[in-house]
Amino acid sequence: MPLELYLDLHSQPCRSVFIFAKKTNIPFDFKFVDLATGQQYGEDFGKISVVRKVPVMRDGDFILTESVAILKYLAEKFGTSDSDHWYPADLQKRARVNEYLSWQHAAMRAHGSKVFWFRAIVPIITGSDVPKEKMDSAMEDLTLSLKVFEEKFLDDRPFIIGEKISLADLVAIVEIMQPVGTGLDLFENRPILGAWRDRVKMELGEALFDEAHKTIMDVASLPQTFENNGMLEFLKPKIQKMFN
Amino acid sequence: MALEIYLDLFSQPCRSVYIFAKKNNISFDFMKVSLLEGEQYGEEFGKINMIRKAPAIRDGDFCLAESIAIMKYLAEKYQTSDHWYPADLQKRARVNEYLSWQHMGIRMHGSKMFWLRLLIPKIMGVEVPKDKMDGALEDLEGSLKLIEEKFIGDKPFIAGDQISLADLVAIVEIMQPVGSGLDVFEGRPKLSAWRDRVQAEIGKELFDEAHRGILASQEMVKNMDSSKMQVFKPKILRFFL
Repeated sequence: MPLELYLDLHSQPCRSVFIFAKKTNIPFDFKFVDLATGQQYGEDFGKISVVRKVPVMRDGDFILTESVAILKYLAEKFGTSDSDHWYPADLQKRARVNEYLSWQHAAMRAHGSKVFWFRAIVPIITGSDVPKEKMDSAMEDLTLSLKVFEEKFLDDRPFIIGEKISLADLVAIVEIMQPVGTGLDLFENRPILGAWRDRVKMELGEALFDEAHKTIMDVASLPQTFENNGMLEFLKPKIQKMFN
Repeated sequence: MALEIYLDLFSQPCRSVYIFAKKNNISFDFMKVSLLEGEQYGEEFGKINMIRKAPAIRDGDFCLAESIAIMKYLAEKYQTSDHWYPADLQKRARVNEYLSWQHMGIRMHGSKMFWLRLLIPKIMGVEVPKDKMDGALEDLEGSLKLIEEKFIGDKPFIAGDQISLADLVAIVEIMQPVGSGLDVFEGRPKLSAWRDRVQAEIGKELFDEAHRGILASQEMVKNMDSSKMQVFKPKILRFFL
């Protein structure tokens, strides 16, 4: 039985897993979980993962959640000496990858996601724009994360660990692309970030990068989908929580 | 030059690194960074970690932040017992799965509870609004339920029969709200039994030593000079209120 990856490319961690598997030629079955219709809350998906999030990987009877864990598992299981750079065996290089992958959860990912929700989703659910001070605050957090990214994690290097792309760059780019999908050009006036993005895109291959990001670059279609599937009422309490 | 570990035991990730290093007899210089006094914002510490958080290590000229990255680095460098971070692909994946989930899954909720119950009332001089407190409690309870049901399940420890980094990182985070006076183990026999096993594996003395500070928080915060903590006001307004 081939590897199964449960994915929705609206989701940043789904994109990193998708890109990695494709780039490193790992054969898999793409099992679509339609987040916009709430499929992750259905009975079938509940049997795959009680956490009800994507991505999920099923390798035979081994089921694994969390993109960072999945990426490391795939890198280890299918890796070759040529592909060592994704998750290097070298102690210090690996530590740098781990350092980024740890930091990013509560920083880049949290801040990019929040800006995405505030710009693309909350206005649909609540029928009005997010209050200015909350939007400004969210943008400030994202701006700071991007600053830390440029200054500490890149710091004049072509990629996070140095000369070669790794899981850290992959996880970084998909998170940064989330708010970009809402029409916010984060690369404008950030030449260091833009140059890094170009290098990452080249390493991954433009066709694959664009394929993975096609969905998120088209978020304007979300409102109708939400309305058609009763997601508006369902998401209201979740939105309320975000403001608490 | 000895390994330097920059720590404040009020911080959960500092406790996991401290316990891990001590348990595995890794010699290090304990470099105290007093977080509530804002020492992380000083010039010296900025050279160690420009993100200005603890823990951080300096190993020769190699500086590293993030407790999970630090523990994996130490595990590999000092060749600690396999069970901490198993070489077996699937066991390691289970440890990584928990370590990834926990950042937003429990760490955020446990930390928030500590701030809402102890630090914010002290610094801002007001009790936190009931709806915020209730919301935070709900999140914490959801997390604890998931830890019991999915991550521990019917196993003695998260990765199986033996303790790993996952259990260590879990216990220090769960102890944070406990330090604020919230007994999260009450009414949760499964979680309590797991806590007892983890404590036994770590060793009661080491566990208690690491948690002495946080468990004395209520008293300590009461006696703190809140005027020294005003630097945290903007952070509080932004994140919590």
